[in-house]
Amino acid sequence: MAEMTPEEIKAQKPYLDWSLTEHEYDYICDHLLHRLPNYTETGLFSVMWSEHCSYKKSKPVLKLFPNKNDRVLQGPGEGAGIIDIGDGQAVVFKAESHNHPSAVEPYEGAATGVGGILRDIFSMGARPIASLDSLHFGEIDRPRTKYLINEVVAGIGGYGNCMGIPTIAGEMTFDNCYTGNCLVNAMSVGLMEQKDMQKGRASGVGNAVIYVGAKTGRDGIHGATFASADFADDKATQRSAVQVGNPFMEKLLMEACLELTHDHHDWLVGIQDMGAAGIVSSSCEMASKADSGMELNLDMVPQREPGMSAYEIMLSESQERMLLCVKKGHEDDVIKLFKEYELEAVVIGRVTAGHQYVLYHHGEKVTDIPVSSLTDDVLEEPSAEQMPARIKTAKDANVPEISDVNQALKQILAQPTIASKQMFTQTYDSQVRTSTVVGPGSDAGVLRVRGTKKGLAMTTDGNGRFVYLDPKIGGKRAVAEACANMISSGALPLGMTDCLNYGDPNDPEIYWELHQSVSGMAQACEIFDTPVISGNVSLYNENNGEAIYGTPMVGMVGLIKDLKHVIPSFVQKAGSLVYLVGLPTEDDYAGSEIQKMLTKTISGRLHDFDLVKTNQMMKTLLNAMEQGLVESSHDLSEGGLGVALAETCFNTNLGLKLDLDLTKAQLFSETPGRFVVTVPKNKQAQFEKMLAQDAVLIGEVTADGCLEADLTDGHLQVDVLEAQKIWEEAIPCLMKSKD
Amino acid sequence: MVDVRIFVTYKESVFDPQGETIKNAIHSLGHDEVENVKVGKFFEVTIDSEKKDLETAVKEISEELLVNFNLETYRFEILGGEA
Amino acid sequence: MKIAVVVFPGSNCDIDLYEALATVCHADVEYVSHKRDNLDGFDAVMLPGGFSYGDYLRCGAIARFTNIMPAIVKMANEGKFVFGTCNGFQILTEAGLLPGALKQNDSLKFVCKTVELEVVNNKTPFTSQYGLHEHIKLPIAHADGSYYADEATLEQLEANNQVVFRYAKENPNGSLHDIAGICNERGNVLGMMPHPERAVEAILGNTDGLRLFKSLLENGIKTEVTK
Repeated sequence: MAEMTPEEIKAQKPYLDWSLTEHEYDYICDHLLHRLPNYTETGLFSVMWSEHCSYKKSKPVLKLFPNKNDRVLQGPGEGAGIIDIGDGQAVVFKAESHNHPSAVEPYEGAATGVGGILRDIFSMGARPIASLDSLHFGEIDRPRTKYLINEVVAGIGGYGNCMGIPTIAGEMTFDNCYTGNCLVNAMSVGLMEQKDMQKGRASGVGNAVIYVGAKTGRDGIHGATFASADFADDKATQRSAVQVGNPFMEKLLMEACLELTHDHHDWLVGIQDMGAAGIVSSSCEMASKADSGMELNLDMVPQREPGMSAYEIMLSESQERMLLCVKKGHEDDVIKLFKEYELEAVVIGRVTAGHQYVLYHHGEKVTDIPVSSLTDDVLEEPSAEQMPARIKTAKDANVPEISDVNQALKQILAQPTIASKQMFTQTYDSQVRTSTVVGPGSDAGVLRVRGTKKGLAMTTDGNGRFVYLDPKIGGKRAVAEACANMISSGALPLGMTDCLNYGDPNDPEIYWELHQSVSGMAQACEIFDTPVISGNVSLYNENNGEAIYGTPMVGMVGLIKDLKHVIPSFVQKAGSLVYLVGLPTEDDYAGSEIQKMLTKTISGRLHDFDLVKTNQMMKTLLNAMEQGLVESSHDLSEGGLGVALAETCFNTNLGLKLDLDLTKAQLFSETPGRFVVTVPKNKQAQFEKMLAQDAVLIGEVTADGCLEADLTDGHLQVDVLEAQKIWEEAIPCLMKSKD
Repeated sequence: MVDVRIFVTYKESVFDPQGETIKNAIHSLGHDEVENVKVGKFFEVTIDSEKKDLETAVKEISEELLVNFNLETYRFEILGGEA
Repeated sequence: MKIAVVVFPGSNCDIDLYEALATVCHADVEYVSHKRDNLDGFDAVMLPGGFSYGDYLRCGAIARFTNIMPAIVKMANEGKFVFGTCNGFQILTEAGLLPGALKQNDSLKFVCKTVELEVVNNKTPFTSQYGLHEHIKLPIAHADGSYYADEATLEQLEANNQVVFRYAKENPNGSLHDIAGICNERGNVLGMMPHPERAVEAILGNTDGLRLFKSLLENGIKTEVTK
């Protein structure tokens, strides 16, 4: 099939199918090129100007995030962000969404999501040390959802296990809004020596552009635009949008790249992952960041299939590929190094003087455009915003009516969002590399840093329900919850990454949600001093016109100064004192699990909370932990105090005897910024002096395996083993049932 | 060039949990007539029969690499190819 | 005593074995590439877990054809210590150094958790510091760990006391005779699905695997002294 001529493109507008608007096309012709782009060039523009690559819609909002402090060594704009953790070491992390590919082909979609984020980490010169995920599905009530869950989980495990990177933490929630558009967000954390830091840039006229890794096939062409277009459409161009992963090849690629960056950085100018939009995005971004020109000969690109056009070669999203810029004269050294790992490395071009991006194919010049026209000249799209009526008119949520509090607790423990996820997490290797101090099922995963006393805590958090009810407060809560996970493990929050998952931003109400939630998150980040060092935006998460709840996922990493003070989330011994620490419990039922369980709805007005006070309280609690005053700590989230109390007793044979100045309903209130903490009796005075009014003594740990609490309007008494059995069996039972 | 198809399956006595699971799924679709399902591996190999005797090549490849005789057995079909 | 940890393409528990031996046990240990064709100067060789060659075709099936394998077979024949965990065990069976094979788990799923094992043979150089019938806990992490051998082989294994570890309480993968680890007739080659190298430090919550390495080091040193 012959490619369209520039004139035919102008007349027939094929770019509309590739998500480039007519306005953008005209702007490119009239203001950037002063001529009509050819077929290949039009393809390059459409993919580089997609939301996925350009962030044209979300950029004005993303500017709200703080991204600097004393510790930040690399903020957004590279493969991943980097934070100083002392001793010349740094932690590197980023999260990325793979929602659309996973909805189409869940195993490969999830697997390649993990593969892509790992490449972002090792392209920075860091060795990946842990993977995390944040998964949101529909209710487990239909075969399709069960299929998606099983396949996504298998894909994450299949890739991560083979790579030998432990999956140590994550979250999984279930709500109807995700039934037609599940969310699959993957996060990777790496560790590096600061001296090994790499950047994705191509500079120095005459230096080589080297392609390494898997061959290029026709897979995933227009994946980036696919991720930025409405999902209900089933266009022919989206046919091949999902790529197939090869974790074995990626393992070799990782080892080879790490050897290159660690032992031979004098050969290397820059390195970047070929992710979304493949060769075009990696190469032009590398040239753009260094303000260089670049010339590539596409005939040199290793190809898996015959007869690929320039357009297909440039846009392919074949996995397990990297692009290097190597100093002239060291090409053969690099090729030899990769050959040792049985990987192909090929010089495909050179850095040139000037600022043009030039491509040759079959001896013909098929592209000649300014580098910046692809990367910097993208038209930012101002978006209309409007507050949804449901928020304007929201009233306080009703206080749930609970007759039998024991029954209510047992029932809430069986809700899928709260119930044990062990059935899934035990299919992930959480221990490989033997550094996992705390694995899945805790407030945060914790890894030791070999050769030091330090530990790294990490977590993912996203609660769409709160964002749906009030995006600004919901955004604040997402960051506060992640910080609480860090503190509860004994770690100082260092910084965060995010995946912003929303519906169609052209809907003014959705754009308003995006804007408001980011501004809430940004405000919390300022106060908690957790800069946003990397991230990703996934828009158009819709199915048949129904948008998901806006779901910003927060991925956070914290530093434990001395692993001696890593805090378990389970009670440790009978006789210890139990405290409720943090903000006073109020009637916070809007968007709570108890509301959903009893009324099947998510509604009501969300209450704001004091970030400054929350931050001070958390830092004081951390201080008490670092002084050895705290034995265990569990932060309160979905299901409130009731669920946290039960969880903190599981697998311990211990129980609690408490006297609570709370009602039965308040046992399930979800006021943010709270912890249930146990303290040895001999540390009581010291602890109470430090925490002062932030901690309320509520009882004692007992040896009888019974969870017992006096409430102002009733009495809770539940056998811990019985509760644990309900919590453990709920999801396996739902997954097995025949509907 | 000759195309050869090699089929590797579990020996009769070896329990095949994948086959069992698939059989149950088939039953749940209402196909009670299905008695048994065996899952195996299928290889399509293109061989230059001028370089080596075809059957010898297939046997060697299968028995050295493709098959684990503790568990598995194999059979093959020689398809027509270009002469 | 000098120990080699072999690195195959796709090995990923090589660092775990290395650190268990070097950092925790202060042993003389070295990574050895699969490309090397000899193990001269080594007294023991360890095959780590992971996904050699992506576990494509069958776990361990392709690693068996690497350059290093004849040297490993030679060490086994010389009575030197050969140890394989997880993927290493799979490679040892594929290479014929241990009988039987490892099939996909009955659950069809990868499983990572800590299981209880019974030490059924403490006369091997790898298990001498354990008590006979002692119960220990070790992590497993595999998708293909269901031990299979025909009846005759199983009878022979039992008769020769070649079953070294058995799953106690719960069989996590469908292994015949609850087999978690076996040795060769001579007792100098041990393969097991559980990961003792993941259970050697209190900070990681389990030290039940430590005595396996200590046994090996103690017996290695004994051999050197009596040489």
